[in-house]
Amino acid sequence: MRNRELVSLILIAVVAALALWINLVPGQTFLGRDVSFRLGLDLQGGIQVLLRSTDPETTPDEMETARRVIERRINALGVGETVVQLAGNDRLIVELPGVENPEQAIDTLRGTGRLEFIDSQGQFLSPGTVVRTSNSPNPPQLSATEGVTETVDPATLGPIYQSITDGADLDTGSVQPTISQTGVASRPAVSFTFRGESATRLAQFTAGNIGQPMCIVLDNRIVSCPVVDAALTDGSGVITTNSVEDRDAILNQLKYGALPVPLVVETTRSITATLGQESVQASIVAGTVGLVVVALFMILFYRFPGVLATLALVIYTLISFAIYRFVPITLTLPGIAGFVLSIGLAVDANVLIFARLREEYRRGRDIRSALELGFEESWPAIRDSSVSTLITCAVLFVFGSNFGVSIIQGFALTLGLGVLISLFTAVVVTRTFLRLAAPLFRDDRAWLFGIDRREALATPPAGPRVV
Amino acid sequence: MEKLVARRYWWFLFSLVMILPGMYFMLLHPLVTTGKFAFGLRPSIDFSGGALWELRFADKAPGEISDEAVAAVFAAQGFDNAQVRMSQVELDGRQVADAIVRTRPLSETGLREETAAVEAALQAEFGAVTRERLESVGPTVSQESTRSAIFAVVVATLIILIYLTWAFRKAPHPVRYGICAILAMIHDVLIVLGIAAIFSTFNQRFEVDALFLTALLTILSFSVHDTIVVFDRIRENLINRHPAETFDAVVNHSIVQTLPRSINTQLTTFFTLTALLLFGGETIQNFVLIMLIGLVSGTYSSIFNAAQLLVVWEHREWRRWFGRGGSNADERSAAPAN
Repeated sequence: MRNRELVSLILIAVVAALALWINLVPGQTFLGRDVSFRLGLDLQGGIQVLLRSTDPETTPDEMETARRVIERRINALGVGETVVQLAGNDRLIVELPGVENPEQAIDTLRGTGRLEFIDSQGQFLSPGTVVRTSNSPNPPQLSATEGVTETVDPATLGPIYQSITDGADLDTGSVQPTISQTGVASRPAVSFTFRGESATRLAQFTAGNIGQPMCIVLDNRIVSCPVVDAALTDGSGVITTNSVEDRDAILNQLKYGALPVPLVVETTRSITATLGQESVQASIVAGTVGLVVVALFMILFYRFPGVLATLALVIYTLISFAIYRFVPITLTLPGIAGFVLSIGLAVDANVLIFARLREEYRRGRDIRSALELGFEESWPAIRDSSVSTLITCAVLFVFGSNFGVSIIQGFALTLGLGVLISLFTAVVVTRTFLRLAAPLFRDDRAWLFGIDRREALATPPAGPRVV
Repeated sequence: MEKLVARRYWWFLFSLVMILPGMYFMLLHPLVTTGKFAFGLRPSIDFSGGALWELRFADKAPGEISDEAVAAVFAAQGFDNAQVRMSQVELDGRQVADAIVRTRPLSETGLREETAAVEAALQAEFGAVTRERLESVGPTVSQESTRSAIFAVVVATLIILIYLTWAFRKAPHPVRYGICAILAMIHDVLIVLGIAAIFSTFNQRFEVDALFLTALLTILSFSVHDTIVVFDRIRENLINRHPAETFDAVVNHSIVQTLPRSINTQLTTFFTLTALLLFGGETIQNFVLIMLIGLVSGTYSSIFNAAQLLVVWEHREWRRWFGRGGSNADERSAAPAN
């Protein structure tokens, strides 16, 4: 008997010490892992977008390629912990924490990066004009303006220009920043090379149209319309831009390859770091107040066992935080609400056990058997209620994988985890503490345990007094 | 305390009184006021699509900017019918104006242009403005969310029913426990939906969003949680009952035994939720409020509905409900128990 409690106590001490260590470790690294808290976008600020392919025949392979392209472009931006993941068959979730001007970043990312040369029929089209090309006759810029999905008469969209090259034939390895020298003026530029059929067609077209303009088009937008000086026999060329920023944007879009499908922004959520910080502070206050009030209540109502339950609650908090840090679990505002709520659940098991213990004691049992019965008899209720909460958490988690409502996943995760951890703290920890404390109990110290046999005489066993 | 079960029809009547006003605002109020049927719940952008902007005007004191002025700026930028709610927020030690604006969703391709245009126009009109938050949900996404929300509630209910039936397999009539627990759950859903409908009707700030659904599902699980504790005691007491003890007495006795626990758990959760309500920030206030109401309802329904329904079922009392035409709840509650 004593031996078993000793083993439990050592186990609890080890777990608590480990949790404490993870929470307080200097440098916030444990076993080579970064164990600082991970805050969700709603707490640290940033943007989350859902990009959807507008091509109805998008294949999973194309989406996977799109994901990789976007990921490489994001890495080139150099922002912190980003997320790029597939959602369903035609969607991508992108998360960028702490970006200034997030909309602009998203705009660059979702640019298809489809570089084309078009036969402009001898015209000089002005840069920035949106044009239809034979490779991409229905650019999203033209079909979905102002967020309304009305069918636009094709005739009003303007002519379709013949594409000479295909964006897919661009040799991404050849895309380099360069400087274009026109007379004395030098401007930032990007050099590139086409391969395969596109290179052949470019050579043929330029050979036959010397002295004529030819337009360079990026994502259906005219970049420039240089005059063909000589035949481009090797498929290579240069895009001249007006500023270093423009050049870098084009470079980023071309270098990591073209997106195989055009993407539009279906849903976006952005929040500033200021607002996130306010939420963090509010949560800390709410969590602390919640913990303190529950602890006070338990101590006032259950006295000594209440103190033990509070100790178990502290261990519970330490373990929860350690797990959040170690796994790591990204904390969101609903996630924190889930944790605060789970404090209530964590003491519920103790309330069940203590209520039972009082009851058994009043029935005239001695403290030890009242204790054991308290645990034994309340176990089925604790188990069944935990399982039902876990079921709900699982359902919420699955439901939360739906992009539009992803915020509830954090809640389901922390609440579910709370139920599991509280099974350990409320059952193993409190039981060990109470068993170890049982020898302290004497009938004249019954008040310390918040139990009183006299009531048992006044009320029949059926009805303990309701407080 | 001995008459908890005997007065069961009073408890049912009380539940009905609590549910009916909410159901009026949920199902009939829009029909009465506008002549068109609609659910009396105001869906958030999560479920109906749209965009939500939170703006702070550092140069303006609260009250200096009217809702209409902000809405006009939005309208000029192509966002007609913007719904504006002005409030205040503390910034560097002083109160400044803060606006929450709901509009149509942002364009799928011209996101940057649209937000930049609105911000420039606001700046021209009201001086320094920061956009603290911007959420835009497209129509497809919101429809999918609505579908899966309904799906989630149904799936959770079914799985809990199956689990309860299994957990009580050793008690006589295990399915009864599951179904009575579900009925109590439905009671809580109706209460919470009704309250949400009343809030939607009278409080402009209230919206049914993803967090509301989270609260609803959590309430369901807590309601079942409470019901299980009571049922568990009934199951235990049934096994050890005296031959002379009636089913009603066992249920009554079990409810009384679990009351301290029910109240204490209620209190601890009540404390944590109140702390969240007071200090947890505005974003989750509605969520916490709904949780609080649901929690009280959940505890009530486990004691005064779920357990009582077991008794009703035990006696198959519904056979008497319609037999004595015109009998009222009061009369029925006086019916002798077995």
